[in-house]
Amino acid sequence: MARNIIIGAAGVTKKFGDITAVDNIDFEVKQGEIFAFLGPNGAGKSTTIKMLTTMLRPTSGKLTLAGHDVTKERDSARKAFGIVFQDPSLDEELTAYENMDLHAALYSIPKSKRRARIEELLKLVELDNRMDYKVKTFSGGMRRRLEIARGLLHEPRVLFLDEPTLGLDTQTRNLMWDYVKKLSDEKGMTIFFTTHYLDEAEHVAERIAIIDHGKIVALGTTPELRKLTGTESLEEAYLNLTGKTLRDEASSGNDGLNFKTALRNSRLR
Amino acid sequence: MDILYVLWLRQVRRYWRSGSRLLGTLGQPILLLLALGYGIGAIYRKAGEGNYLQFLVPGIITQTVLLSGIFWGIIILQDKRFGFLSEMLVAPVSRTKILLGSATGGATISVLQGIIIFVVSYLFGFRPYDWALVGPAFLVLVLMCVALTCLGAGIASMVDDFQGFQGINNLIILPMFFLSSALYPLNNVPEGLRIISTINPVTYMVDALRTLLANQSHFGLTKDLIIIGITFVFCLVFAVNRFNRIQI
Repeated sequence: MARNIIIGAAGVTKKFGDITAVDNIDFEVKQGEIFAFLGPNGAGKSTTIKMLTTMLRPTSGKLTLAGHDVTKERDSARKAFGIVFQDPSLDEELTAYENMDLHAALYSIPKSKRRARIEELLKLVELDNRMDYKVKTFSGGMRRRLEIARGLLHEPRVLFLDEPTLGLDTQTRNLMWDYVKKLSDEKGMTIFFTTHYLDEAEHVAERIAIIDHGKIVALGTTPELRKLTGTESLEEAYLNLTGKTLRDEASSGNDGLNFKTALRNSRLR
Repeated sequence: MDILYVLWLRQVRRYWRSGSRLLGTLGQPILLLLALGYGIGAIYRKAGEGNYLQFLVPGIITQTVLLSGIFWGIIILQDKRFGFLSEMLVAPVSRTKILLGSATGGATISVLQGIIIFVVSYLFGFRPYDWALVGPAFLVLVLMCVALTCLGAGIASMVDDFQGFQGINNLIILPMFFLSSALYPLNNVPEGLRIISTINPVTYMVDALRTLLANQSHFGLTKDLIIIGITFVFCLVFAVNRFNRIQI
């Protein structure tokens, strides 16, 4: 049985003045899938996430999330996703519980259910014994875990994770991914994440999209991407597709790199 | 309602927990009361103008809420820089609601500080002209606080760094305070200064409080209230408009 499409992007473009950050991208993510978005710095990953999460409006094209048009039915779309931002987004002066409670109120979770649900989630990320401590006393890993718990509080159908493991130690990273996989398996939650760690994408993601210069240059499972590029690992495939040059130089002009990727793009279709 | 309440509560909680902020914002007005109230008071009396403390206190209360209201905007800047704003902006809540919930929290803090200064002034010897008018003065204070908090929120929505915010505030708060009738009566000042004070909305805030608390009026309460009302609407529209334009 075919799984439903939960995230859809059709011809999505985002321009900032003369700069095209995202250039006519199309992709679909199925219900319950773990989907990774890879790409060099400035390739358009965060811009895409920002558009999907209603923080930016696309210049053109259509984005749907859980059946809602992201630009037209913003509030319905917002209720359907949770997000862990790239940068910390907790109120440090409040306690873990208060941060959760504020989120619950913003998402109109009935008061009678709040306490139990918050406690359950804090237990899940092993922060229940630190519930009444201010967030400013938390380590980086604890903050991330709290953010994940918060993102799940309103029972979203899609969870966006924008470079969620940045700056975390290996233990926390593994724990986090185990947990994310469990969510996907048990609750059928769709996970959409970006990362710079290719091993994470390889181990966790079912399908991977590689974006460069605002365009999706390849999309598929790890074996498919390896086959496409004739390489042995995802990392090689990635470098093959995005080039080895550093981004500040590469993104300045329309060089051979762009041409090559465009070619591969057409081959993939 | 629940959403507005939690946003309000967040602001009040943060303030309540930060002892340094409480002291920091109250230090300056108390210093002004001491230095000016007692220092200049003697000369003022010799000049035949009466009790300077009675004249000064409404001005100091206004200065307190001007400072605290506009500086409250820093929270928006902090939220913008340290990420919490993203959390609020992707929630299924309109930006106007987020702004209003937060700003009423900020205004509550300002009102509280205004009341504290009133109490401190009382200990210094200030006596309200008629206790029955303290209630209406409180209502005017609330209006002023909401307006000034919104002004701070609007400014904070426009700038991106703390230095910029400080600079704008030095350009706004100090002139608004010193070029109002907070410290001196407008009867005998040079024409230029009188004109500037007359177009400064803070002058009318001070005048309204002074009318109600000390029975000394320059423009008359009606005119004061009309201008405060216009300022209130302007600040509110300004804040909503700017806050809605924040891009993350």
